Amino acid sequence: MSAAFDQKIHETVSNPALQLAIYTATGRLADKRKSAVADDYLPEYQELRDQASDVKKHTIDNLDYYLEQFERNVDAHGGKVVYCKDGSEVADFILGLAKEKKAQLIVKSKSMTTEEIDFNERLEHHGLESVETDLGEYIIQLAHERPYHIVAPALHMTRYDVARVFTEKLGVANEIVIEKQAGIARIRLREKFLAADIGVSGANFLVADSGAVVLVENEGNARLTTSAPRIHVAVAGIEKLIPRAQDLATFLKLLGRSATGQSLTVYTSFLSGPRRSTEIDGPDEFYVVLIDNGRTKLLADREKRESLHCIRCGACLNICPVYRKIGGHSFPWVYSGPIGAIITPQFMGALHEPALPFASSLCGACAEVCPVKIDIPKILLSLRAEVKKTPPRGIPERLERLAYRIWAWVMRHPRIYEMVAMAAASLAPDSKNGYIRAVPAFLNFGPIRGWLSQRDLPAPAPKSFRQIWRARSKP
Amino acid sequence: MAHRVSLFVTCVVDQLFPKVGLAMAEVLERIGCQVDFPEAQTCCGQPAFNSGFRAEAREVARYFLSVFANAEYVVIPSGSCASMISHHFEDIFQKEPASLAAARAMSPKVWEFSKFLLEVAGVEDVGAELHEVVTYHDSCHALRELRIKQGPRQLLRKVRGLELREMDVAEECCGFGGTFSVKFDELSGAMARTKIDSVVRTGASAIVSIDSSCLMQLRGALSRADLPIRTMHLAEVLASR
Repeated sequence: MSAAFDQKIHETVSNPALQLAIYTATGRLADKRKSAVADDYLPEYQELRDQASDVKKHTIDNLDYYLEQFERNVDAHGGKVVYCKDGSEVADFILGLAKEKKAQLIVKSKSMTTEEIDFNERLEHHGLESVETDLGEYIIQLAHERPYHIVAPALHMTRYDVARVFTEKLGVANEIVIEKQAGIARIRLREKFLAADIGVSGANFLVADSGAVVLVENEGNARLTTSAPRIHVAVAGIEKLIPRAQDLATFLKLLGRSATGQSLTVYTSFLSGPRRSTEIDGPDEFYVVLIDNGRTKLLADREKRESLHCIRCGACLNICPVYRKIGGHSFPWVYSGPIGAIITPQFMGALHEPALPFASSLCGACAEVCPVKIDIPKILLSLRAEVKKTPPRGIPERLERLAYRIWAWVMRHPRIYEMVAMAAASLAPDSKNGYIRAVPAFLNFGPIRGWLSQRDLPAPAPKSFRQIWRARSKP
Repeated sequence: MAHRVSLFVTCVVDQLFPKVGLAMAEVLERIGCQVDFPEAQTCCGQPAFNSGFRAEAREVARYFLSVFANAEYVVIPSGSCASMISHHFEDIFQKEPASLAAARAMSPKVWEFSKFLLEVAGVEDVGAELHEVVTYHDSCHALRELRIKQGPRQLLRKVRGLELREMDVAEECCGFGGTFSVKFDELSGAMARTKIDSVVRTGASAIVSIDSSCLMQLRGALSRADLPIRTMHLAEVLASR
């Protein structure tokens, strides 16, 4: 495990205020989800999950076909599809566009894909201003942080934290009333919307048969982002495709409920092409930037390909007992929680943070709430096996490998197993009520030390089950 | 006709909690099963599987399959080990046809203890009596891989004198997770304490589960906090009278 990963986990777990903030916010979202998909409210929930999973599997398995269909339909509406390999190609495209159109200011609606490629930083580096307009994203952009959560980027911040950020970065008086904080952001963002030349959004779905970009949101900022500026650029991963507009009936029912417990988000926008001659609102130009950024690598892996089915609802984060303790910033990349734990190693390489797939108790709560039924624990296990296939890093890993070699041999030799167990038991110190609080220094290492740092250790039984059974069976 | 039951007590119960195995044997015998204990048994291989050491997991899994090849029913005081055998053996033997066939033949013979009582033996009331307020911890693999939710509660409700009080987070993980508990010790400990807070709110004096490793985690944390709450495997509750 990298020291940074370890350190961030420690900082989060040992910070009571942060623990409370994370636990409360995720708990609220998880509860809302639970009632929104309850039997009496959405009796067809399990069938919807099956459908969504089937549709995603079909789409990902036939992605080439749907990409071409989508592109043809975007073209037919007067828009343009641009394919980019990675973040640097996206930045090049936007910079070229900005130069050509003499654009200075970009407004953005929320998009994890743009977070993935450090979109704002890349453009700011070239002198463009790129402003996040989702309230949570706006706050964390001001604070120079990464999203804490896929759906709720400022989940870890209390209103007092937000007041502090606003005072420091915007020079306003200390304001702790949430509605008034939203008002402060609204005034500033309204100016940006009106002045912006380019609006950049993500996409929740790309509909192949209609060439439409579908966006769901609650604040109306995505609608302004995509209609007020002259140019709209939607940036999305290639896995966002679904075949038909009618599939939205399945996915929209699942997305809002899984994410925030809403049967439908406040706004659902269907954007296909620039403003028509008969329309009053809308951009003059419409681009869809489709990025790979490692996705085709996942596509090549049949076993773990289903990781691309994710619709970024965040339900797995809210239910995850690990995310609820270590929060979003402990994770080594922009995607956090169970989904982050399976896609980060696949996008960034298994050794980016080798300990990541191991940071799970494999409880399976994530798979149970996933609206597209991604088998996250199974993929975690497969990633663990991949990490262990690489050469060991350092002495502890060498020892671990050796220990498992020996263990596997001992477990196939019951007499030796019994002798080893008896020898280990003979070393155990005295216990109180069968549990040991401390061991002598020569035993206090590795797993024993890890266990005793948090808990008392059960003392080995004076006689093992097999010994008792043997005695009992004797005539 | 009496069911012929081979106990797989798991390495954890064998070495740390033999009373759980004895209680399970007692209950099974009480309801008329013919019980044996294949002495060559050791472990199901899960520690290696969960740690990414597939080759080592396969070695131990093959060994398990050979030890229990002739069993009629294999009954296990653990949802996690039962699921390892009935679900995950198939995953690890994908490229090994002979072992895969053996694993598939084994899978329907493998039963977690409470599920065996209800679904094979067809017994809900084993004649137990225990005057205690308890809460039931859903262990993750039993709940989500074996779909065991109501069964153990049904059995507990038939115990004379026992009151079952539900936790608000009965389904949340205790934080054990095998080697996760020692690799991410602080995190694992924090998860255990969240669970224990919920237990304390019920006012129960015992936590009951069908997995001894969850109970080891919870009992270890309870002991560290000097809390007077005990842990009991379901088999121990059902053996009481």
